[in-house]
Amino acid sequence: MNLGLEVLLKGSNMLRLLQGLWVALKISLIAVAISIPIGLVLGILMTFHSRVLHVILQIYLQIVRIMPQLVLLFIVYFGTTRLFGINLTGEVSAVIVFVFWGAAEMMDLVRGAVSSIPKHQYESAGALGMTKKQTYQYVILPQAVRRLVPLSINLVTRMVKTTSLITMIGVVEVLKVAQQIIEANRMSSPNAAFGIYLVVFILYFLACWPISLVARHLEKKWAVN
Amino acid sequence: MSEPILTISHLVKSYDGKTNVLNDISFDVKEGEVIVIVGPSGCGKSTLLRCINALEPIQGGQIRLRHEMITQHSSNIYKIRQQIGMVFQSYELFPHRTVLDNILLAPMKVQKRSREEVTAEAMELLSRVGLKDLADRYPRQLSGGQKQRAAIVRALCMHPEIMLFDEVTAALDPEMVREVLEVMLNLADQGKTMLIVTHEMEFARAAADRIIFLDGGGIVEEAAPDEFFSHPKTERAEKFLRTFTFERKKKIAGGKTKNEE
Repeated sequence: MNLGLEVLLKGSNMLRLLQGLWVALKISLIAVAISIPIGLVLGILMTFHSRVLHVILQIYLQIVRIMPQLVLLFIVYFGTTRLFGINLTGEVSAVIVFVFWGAAEMMDLVRGAVSSIPKHQYESAGALGMTKKQTYQYVILPQAVRRLVPLSINLVTRMVKTTSLITMIGVVEVLKVAQQIIEANRMSSPNAAFGIYLVVFILYFLACWPISLVARHLEKKWAVN
Repeated sequence: MSEPILTISHLVKSYDGKTNVLNDISFDVKEGEVIVIVGPSGCGKSTLLRCINALEPIQGGQIRLRHEMITQHSSNIYKIRQQIGMVFQSYELFPHRTVLDNILLAPMKVQKRSREEVTAEAMELLSRVGLKDLADRYPRQLSGGQKQRAAIVRALCMHPEIMLFDEVTAALDPEMVREVLEVMLNLADQGKTMLIVTHEMEFARAAADRIIFLDGGGIVEEAAPDEFFSHPKTERAEKFLRTFTFERKKKIAGGKTKNEE
């Protein structure tokens, strides 16, 4: 059966697909790099016993959980222009939304990891004369990070996959390029939709699989008890 | 003898503000003294130790380490805690660090001592408790008794003036209890000041200079070990000690049915 793969060899089609993949990866990597530190700080704040802080952060988390990412993208991309007259590019809007989303997810992961450390660990550190800061720095956070890394790597792969939505706000990433290629060759290779989407599937797989492998490796290496 | 290391006067502890878990507790601990606290479950023994290390806020009275008041709000509470070593029932080693790194952490980061000096001391102490070869293991690779001995060394390396032991053998299999108790007996012989909460009565009798019997949140009896175990003065102490001995009401060999004495 003809999958229309020959289309890939026309012009610079394969290169354009890879460039599209790079756009998707770039946006998710930038978003990850920004949301991890923010999420860490917010997550630690969430473990403190402040009622006000807790309520505010919970509302934030719930908004992120309830809103489809596509709606968030539309709000930021179109909303900022309508409301403030700021003209954000699709890529910048995407990074903003992904950070807004990623920081919230990261925050919840950090909260879960930190609060899974038993109370006695704080006490035995305290009994050795460690200050609150030393307790977090040497005892609590190193253990929390070990529980956190595999989970946050999964978040990264989810982000990479979710970048397929940003084609809806006009960013030309791998899926958009695929559609363009298919459209341009609709007459000469009507089957190209199969082949091209198959290649897109493989590209996503190649991008996410190594990340998952790293997560699994770290999970095994750092398994505690 | 000199003045006491630890002075507890009229200590009151309550979790809910209504019922007192500890009610008007007063006693002194002198240098080199080994005090064993015994009593039924829920009598407040562990709470007492936790208060002494300011792990729990107290509602009345005073706890003093020499001249320093111990409260959770003392500005120098971190300094005071360095002078009080504590060993917990559930060991509470740090699972992400090896035995040696568990021991080194506080002396290096809190007391700012050099790695070489603390390592030398740690290895010396580890070999004394028979763990020299396990220094590079992680806690999960150790048995309960080994973990508890490592935890004792970790506390000792801070050079505390007094050691608190909170039912340190309660979670151990019977055959591991002894190796931990031996370590504690050795410490007692070396003149360490210790406050021990335990359910091991034979050990209490052997190790203690003084027994404190706690019941219902108060000190019911305070006596030398032989006196306490052979001739308890109060009925409550007698009743408590009876829970450690067993008797059958009927025995076939005797032929006759005998009632409880």
